[in-house]
Amino acid sequence: MATDTHGADAAAQAPGMPQLDFSTWGNQIFWLVITLVVIYMILSKVALPRIAAILAERQGTITNDIAAAEDFKAKAQEAEAAYDKALVDARAEAHRIVAEAKADIQSDLDTAIAKADEEIAAKAAESEKAIAEIRAGATEAVQQVAQDTAREIVAALGGKAEADVITAAVDTRLKG
Amino acid sequence: MADKAEEGGLVFHPMDQFIIQPIFGGDVTWYTPTNAALWMGLSIVAIILLLVVGSSKRGIVPSRSQSVAELAYGFVYKMVEDICGKDGLKFFPYIMTLFMFIVCANFLGLIPTSFTPTSHFAVTVVLALAVFLTVTVVGFVKNGAGFLSLFWVSSAPLPLRPVLAIIELISYFVRPVSHSIRLAGNVMAGHAVIKVFAGFAALTLVSPVAILGITAMYGLEVLVSFIQAYVFTILTCVYLKDALHPHH
Repeated sequence: MATDTHGADAAAQAPGMPQLDFSTWGNQIFWLVITLVVIYMILSKVALPRIAAILAERQGTITNDIAAAEDFKAKAQEAEAAYDKALVDARAEAHRIVAEAKADIQSDLDTAIAKADEEIAAKAAESEKAIAEIRAGATEAVQQVAQDTAREIVAALGGKAEADVITAAVDTRLKG
Repeated sequence: MADKAEEGGLVFHPMDQFIIQPIFGGDVTWYTPTNAALWMGLSIVAIILLLVVGSSKRGIVPSRSQSVAELAYGFVYKMVEDICGKDGLKFFPYIMTLFMFIVCANFLGLIPTSFTPTSHFAVTVVLALAVFLTVTVVGFVKNGAGFLSLFWVSSAPLPLRPVLAIIELISYFVRPVSHSIRLAGNVMAGHAVIKVFAGFAALTLVSPVAILGITAMYGLEVLVSFIQAYVFTILTCVYLKDALHPHH
């Protein structure tokens, strides 16, 4: 130890506690006061204002960042709301388009059905007419056959009958 | 003691480390640069390195030294604010000076072969008297004669109050004594004990134990260095609070 080299003479000049050697107090107090004044000056003029400024600046930055984060959050919520709204709009639009298409198809269908009904009705009327013709034809044919048959029968029985008379008689009978 | 005689070389000078020595020789007069002056100066250098150089980058995200500087600042600032209240904050640079000087001197004194200014009563008595005078002057300037209500315990029964006043008065004047001796005594005792262990380390037989003892004491001294600085500072704050708000 460095102090050991001074051990002998130090022990001679300061027996007991060096702390109680009052001859050195003036010296220590002198240097202590200088030290304290220097430290006080450094702290109050440079170090403490600077550290206070750093801390205040950091606090400000943190506050600003939190505010900015709140801002961004609000913006994100806004964007989400806009997205939701767009989604709802699109869905409504889709519904509208589907409904429109359905209505179109319905009206097309109705027209087609009406047209088909009309055609069917026309066809039915035509058929009826044809049937009526056929029926009329059949009645005439039956009359003809009856007249011919009656004439033949009259001739076979040996009578001589006027064609006009037979025809009239058959007609009357058929009508009757 | 028998060992000492047998070994011959074993001598204890646990107090020699506290001797004030002039650096450039000659007698110790009031202005001689001494080892005490040197280590006080080194504590100034340490404070500049930590608080001024350390914070010179002014980083929003602090560097290591800057965060230690901010930690020291916040530690003392919060202590002053909590104990003395907002109006005590104008004494913050003063209290910070005391704390930084004591803590730096204590830690620098832990370097082997160094000198510890705070182990001397000359230093701690001046520090304690400065606090005592500051507190007394501030107390009377702020409160006038109302400062004397500090000694008149109004919450005690009336017959007890004069007795308590005497006790309070004595305790008030004992403050600087206990305040100074606590710091110097703790630092001096720790350093002396380490030196005694170092003396025993010369004996082959007990040297492992002695070295273990030095290590343990050193660890304890690291703790004591900070705690004593803290205690000195917090007591300063408490005394200052009495001066600012003397009513119990």
